[in-house]
Formats: sequence, C-alpha cells, structure tokens
Amino acid sequence: MGVRMENRIIDHLIRIAGKEGVLCTPEDLAVYSYDGTFAEGVPEVVVLPQTTEQTSEIVKTAAEARIPLIARGMGSGLAAGSIPIRAGGIVVSFTRMNRILEIDTGNSTVRAQAGVVTADLQAEVEKLGFFYPPDPSSIRHSTIGGNIACNAGGARCLKYGVTGNYVLGLTVVLADGRILKTGGKPIKDVTGYNLNALFTASEGTLGLITEALLRLVARPRFAKTALAEFDSLDSASRAVNAIIAAGIVPASLELMDQTAIACIEEAMHLGLTTDVAASLIIETDGSDEQTVLREAEAAGSICRENGARSVKVAQNEAERAGLWKARRSISPSLARKAPNKLGEDITVPRSAIPEVVQRLREISAKYNLPIVIFGHAGDGNLHPNILFDKRKIEEWEKVEQMVREIFAVALANGGTLSGEHGVGVLKRPYFEQALGPVSVEVQRRIKQAFDPLNILNPGKMFKE
Amino acid sequence: MNLVKPKESSYLNCIRCGLCLAACPTYREHLKETASPRGRVALARKGLEGQLKLSPNLIEQMYSCFDCMACNDLCPVGIHPADLALSMRQVQEQIRPAKWKDWLFGKLISHAGRMEMATWPLRLYQTLGIRRLVYMLGLNRILPNRIRDLEAMLPHLPQRPLRRILPEVTKAYGEERYRVGFFLGCAQSLLFADQSAATLRVLARNGCTVITPKDIECCGMPARGYGRMDLVEKQARHNIAVFERCNVDKIVTDCATCGSTLKEYESLLAGDPEWALRAKEFRSKVRDISEFLSEIPMRKPTKRIEARVTYHDPCHLRRGQQVWKEPRELLSLIDGLEFVELPEADWCCGSAGSQLITHYETSWKVLNRKLDNIAGTEARILASGCPGCQMQLNAGLQRRKLPVRVVHPVTLLDEAYGGADGK
Repeated sequence: MGVRMENRIIDHLIRIAGKEGVLCTPEDLAVYSYDGTFAEGVPEVVVLPQTTEQTSEIVKTAAEARIPLIARGMGSGLAAGSIPIRAGGIVVSFTRMNRILEIDTGNSTVRAQAGVVTADLQAEVEKLGFFYPPDPSSIRHSTIGGNIACNAGGARCLKYGVTGNYVLGLTVVLADGRILKTGGKPIKDVTGYNLNALFTASEGTLGLITEALLRLVARPRFAKTALAEFDSLDSASRAVNAIIAAGIVPASLELMDQTAIACIEEAMHLGLTTDVAASLIIETDGSDEQTVLREAEAAGSICRENGARSVKVAQNEAERAGLWKARRSISPSLARKAPNKLGEDITVPRSAIPEVVQRLREISAKYNLPIVIFGHAGDGNLHPNILFDKRKIEEWEKVEQMVREIFAVALANGGTLSGEHGVGVLKRPYFEQALGPVSVEVQRRIKQAFDPLNILNPGKMFKE
Repeated sequence: MNLVKPKESSYLNCIRCGLCLAACPTYREHLKETASPRGRVALARKGLEGQLKLSPNLIEQMYSCFDCMACNDLCPVGIHPADLALSMRQVQEQIRPAKWKDWLFGKLISHAGRMEMATWPLRLYQTLGIRRLVYMLGLNRILPNRIRDLEAMLPHLPQRPLRRILPEVTKAYGEERYRVGFFLGCAQSLLFADQSAATLRVLARNGCTVITPKDIECCGMPARGYGRMDLVEKQARHNIAVFERCNVDKIVTDCATCGSTLKEYESLLAGDPEWALRAKEFRSKVRDISEFLSEIPMRKPTKRIEARVTYHDPCHLRRGQQVWKEPRELLSLIDGLEFVELPEADWCCGSAGSQLITHYETSWKVLNRKLDNIAGTEARILASGCPGCQMQLNAGLQRRKLPVRVVHPVTLLDEAYGGADGK
C-alpha cells in the first residue's frame, strides 16, 4: 500500500466533508487507484465533497500541507488522467455533487454540479424539449465535470461540436482554495481572456471544476440511422469523404472494422453480418422529417456508389437504439479478445483517413498484434485499439513501439495525438513531439501561473 | 488448502470501462466506487492475487452486492461481477467458516417442517389478533423504523402453511393434458399460501394434474447467498431425486427465486459424473409458472378486472431466467385490465433476500427509487411474481401510504377465472 497520511489531515478532511465523505480503508483506496485504463496509482485518501465550499476547504488543507489533489468523476477516463501518478495524494471525487441546479428555458441553459452523469443531464433537459448534444460513448458512466476537464467528444461532434462548444460558464476552485466564476448566460462575451476555454481540457491541472453552466439547443425532432456494410475498409473510409463532399452533414458518421463488428455481435447478438470488412453507422437528424429522410437516403446511395454491399435504414426506434448500443459497446467488447487493450484516439484531417487506416494495418502486421479500428470517421477521429496481454513482457514492449508509430502516422498526416481522451499519463511522452517546444513552454507557464505549488494533478500532461 | 475459487477468466479481462456503474443499484445510492461492480471485481482480483488481504472489509464489499445481476447482463466483455461477488463469499466460507451457517442453512431453512415450527409464533401473532391490536393501539408506530418495516413486510399469514394443506395430487379440472410437478417454495408456503393455492387452481383449470411433493428441501438460494455452495449442492441432489420419483412432464414454481436456483442445478452439478445428466434432465423440465402457461394453450378467463395494473420485474425472473414477456402476456389475457409499463421495471427493488435486514439503509434507498416510479404510474395493482419483492414493495407502499395492492400475476389470472368458486 501507499504512503500513510497523517491522521491530523484526515481528521481535518472529515470535519470538512463528514465521515461518510472521507474514504481511507485499504479497499477504498484500491478501487480509486484506477480509471478506464490499465494504469494504477493508490491515493492516500479519497474525499467526496458535496459543495463548492467544501471543495475549497479541501484544497486549502492540501495546499497548506503541499499534498497533491487529483480530481475525479466516475473514473471512465482513457488516458489515466484521474489517478495518482505515483502513490499518494488526495483523490477528490465529485460523484456526490450530482444536482442539476437550474434549467433556464428562456435562455436555453442548464446549470449543474460537476458530478451529474451526462446521460442524466441529457434526459432532464430533453423532458423540456431541449438537447445537450455531446455524447461520449461513456455518457452513462461519465460526469459533466469530467467531460469538461477532458473536453469530451463523441459521435455527434461532426454536426454539433464537442463539450467545449457548450460551456458558457464554470465555477472553479483554484489551487489556493479561492473560488473563481467564469463566463455567464450571455452567448457573446469578450470581456477578458476566454477562461472557459482554458479550463476545458485542462485535466484537473489548473483548478477543480465544481459547477458548469451549459448551453442547450432545441431537440431535433427526427433522426434516421442507417447501417452501410462494405467489403473493404478502404472503400468505407472513401465513402465517408464522399458523403461530406456531397454537402450532407450527418449528426454522426461512425466507422467500425471487421473485428469490432465481430466483437459486438458476440457480446450483444444483434444479428450484425460479421463477414463484412467494415461498416458505417450514419445518422441524420433535424426538425423536418422529409429532409432527414432524404439526407439519409442520399448518404446511403453514396455508400452504394462507393462499393457498399448493403445499406439498411433502421425502421423504428428500437432498431436505432440497438445500433447505438452496439456502437457504444465496441470498446469494452473488444476485451473479449484479450486481457488488455490500449485505445488511442488520434484525429486526422478527414481526407487522410484512407491513408491512415492503411498505415495502421501495416503497423499491426509488422508487430503481429491486432489493431482494431473504429471511430468517429466523420470528424477524422479514429480509435485504433491494440489488443494484448500486459503480463507478457514481450507484448507490452511491442505495444509501446506500436503506440509510438501510431502517433507518428497521425502527426505525419497533419493530425493530433488525441481528439477526445486527453493526454493524462499515457500520452505524456509524446506531448512535446506533437506540440513543439514553444507551445509546451507557453503551456507550462500557464500551469505555473495557476498552480505555483504544483499540487493540482501533478505529473499529468507535462513531464516532471 | 485447496480452495474452490473463481477462475481467472472471471475477472482477468475486466478493462474497468465503468459501464456497469450506471446499472448498479448500490452504486447509484452510494455514489462511491467501493459499492460498484467494477470496484468489487477489482477487489476480488486484488484479494485473490494477494495484493490485498481477504479482510472482513473486503468480504463485506462482496456482501454489499444485491445480486440483482444488472451488471452481469450489461457487461460487453462478459464479466459477471455479481457472480464473482457470490464466489468470493464462498472463498470466505472456506477460509473462515461460520458455524452458525451450518445450523441455519443446513438444518433449519433446508427443512420445511422445522421452518414451519420456527415461524409458528408469527402465525400466532396474527391469528390470535395480536397484530390487529398492535395496529389499533398504534403500537407499531412506536417501534424503531427497522422493526416496524419488518413487521409491515409480513403479509397476512395463512393459518396453516400451505404445505400442510395441499394434497399430494391435484387433479386436472376436466381432461388431463399435462402432468406437472409443483415446487412449493418455503416463502410461498409460509407467507403467500393464497397465491400458490391460486397457482394450483390455474394449472388445474388448464388441464394439468399437479403433483406437489412434500419432502422437498429449500431450493438453495439462501445458502448460495452466504457462500455455502456445498449445502446448495446437497439440496440440489435431494430435490432432483424427489422429482425423479414423481414422473412429471414439467416442474413448475411460482417463486422467481426458487425458479432461478432450480435452473442453476445443471451448471452446479455439471462436474459430478453421477449427477450431471440427472441435473440436466431436471433443468430441462423447470419452468416459472408464467413461462409454463405461455407454452400451453390456455383457457380464456371470463371475469373482468377493471383496474390499472403495472408490473415489477423480479431480478431472479428477468435476469435470472430471462422471463419478462410471459408475465406481461398473462396479464394481457384479462379483460378490463389496463396495463401500464413501470419505468425502470427491471431495476432492483432492494429486497435482495436478507440484504433488506443486513443492509437496511441501502435497501430502503433502492426501494424509494422504485416507489417513485410506481407512484408515477398511478396503478392500483402492482403485479410481481417473487415473494421477496412482494414483501419489500408492500412495506414501502405502506410506509408511503400508497393505495396499491401487491399481487402475484397468477393471482389476478385466478381471479379472472373466478377464483376458488369458479370452475
């Protein structure tokens, strides 16, 4: 087990968050040592605050004793961003700050605490005819705070943008315990730097987000979802570009390769054809049923022109829900094939997808380890997943080589390391290669300005 | 020591995605990882691999699982966190056996006659009118919450356990088309005798001659929940042998919990060369009452029931046996009945066997979510084919003063056939 924290500090935390809000048995600490990756780091104590004020007191206590603070939501992160990098520190879990504070129907905004589950927030606003579009595959097991801290994406980003596009204001506890409020209900706001943008994707390194004010849009009344099946991965990725070049902007345009399809079919028995090389899930949505249907059909024809073997449009809500359930289950269902998987989220300019897909398959062949490819092809965001067994040292060494090459391919094609998972620990070694020394230097200075003691999620993003 | 412990494959491939957190009733109430399926899998693995001690607190996390199996159903990897939690309880019993479990699960609960004696004071409490007196004087209101809720869970008890009254053979009304064995569960016999009596009438009305063996033992679920698989195996062998002597086409039960345990006998005894085939044969005959009725041509009930009715899926039926369409279909046979689907109908009610006592606070929180959903339907009748769920739901509805009658779906069907009077 890790370091033992002084009782004095634990007692103080209990005074702040109550006995129920402070966890420190070996079992509690063990389950807060991981997130959605294979990485682990055991904290010294876990605190579950219920208010911004409690969070502020926790930060003050930690600052005084120079103890690292690691912010955490539901722990679904895929970059090891919400676990202690080495043993020690205080994990601040926001899962009990799960109240929706206000839905302002006049201004189309929602104000929520950081620990609200994203799907719960969506369900609440949809009751009133509104729509909160960001939909990471983890919508049911991730929180608004975590989504903002990682600028979560998802399948609908192609048309609706990422989490950051919906952040109007934030309540953030700074490294010295002061409470900062950014932004507000106005849609336009150029008074000063855009601090909302600064905290979005900051991965808990600049402050602890405790509340968010989010922009809502009108709920699209109609959606059509189609499944197009291809005999080659290349023709599927060419179809993606052709659809958008034709002026159609689907809400989602998702790609999955043969292994991905086979894994979901094995897990969920949806009746998917498993001998196709690749499939696209295409969803169009909007407020006019005819337009939505016409766009879906047009996208379908383009797929056929590009060699699709079959195109099926979901005939009812159950079929549509089935397709999306399948899509969201790809990532975990891959674990049926191997004890470990490393899912990357490189993002490239859309036109580079066929080339990148080809290169990924070469890497897989070279190292003789499977790389499963799926992702949000419409916005160039691919999830190559390497399947391996971490207990076999030679496999783990290969994985490290492969990751390096995957990132090199992304960068060489004008892309980026991460479209939506973040840097955390896992992409830290490649940070400077991706951004260059000037950008890293500027970002380090920002970090120092906000967190001079380096107690906020230390060791994430930047090399120490 | 040669421990019987979970296979490596039951936890190794958990990639900790967290999908199961959303489906877990205990996580949704506590909002901490320790009370989640993913947390339990991690603890089991660390415990088995020696990274953590198999401490009382670690085992307690395995007991804090309500075994609703929602995580089992949902995991795309195929990990069954709820099953793993049960296996860990079994590991604990091998390392630190608790003697009282021999007595409770091996000697008392397993024998219907002894259970009947042990619960005799409860029947006395009702039949002598003490219960009525307690309510009249408002004495129940001064009881501590926990005791009061337990008291409220008691249904109106039969004067005598059904097992004592039922004949061994109930003849089919009219022509005999099927010969059916009836597994009369302890809770049904002791607490919900009227319901099982109704089940027998419905079977007889639909051409079944019903054999009810009196010498069965407990299905094994209580022992299973406390890590005593050795006792469950004993009970399984006994019950299989009993029904082999009955010479029946099908074995029917109206208790969701019994049904799901009986259906596990096959996998439980698969490694026992003497019993594997017999268990397989037994398993192939077991049906929940709603499942059995949906397989045979049924007589149309003639009486109308004018009421709004909703249905709660018992975990042991929905996920334990994948039976969920059938009870709804039964209800749809009844004229006049207005069926409304319960939101989150398959979310656990919090009863979870003895967890309603051992994990009282959590159990009530889970129940509250269920009660909110029930109230929202404005139904006056709530059907659910599980004695555990029924007791829990009754207590909750009483506490909230919601005028909802809790019944077994087959009870409604029996009423629509004319009940004890109709033929």
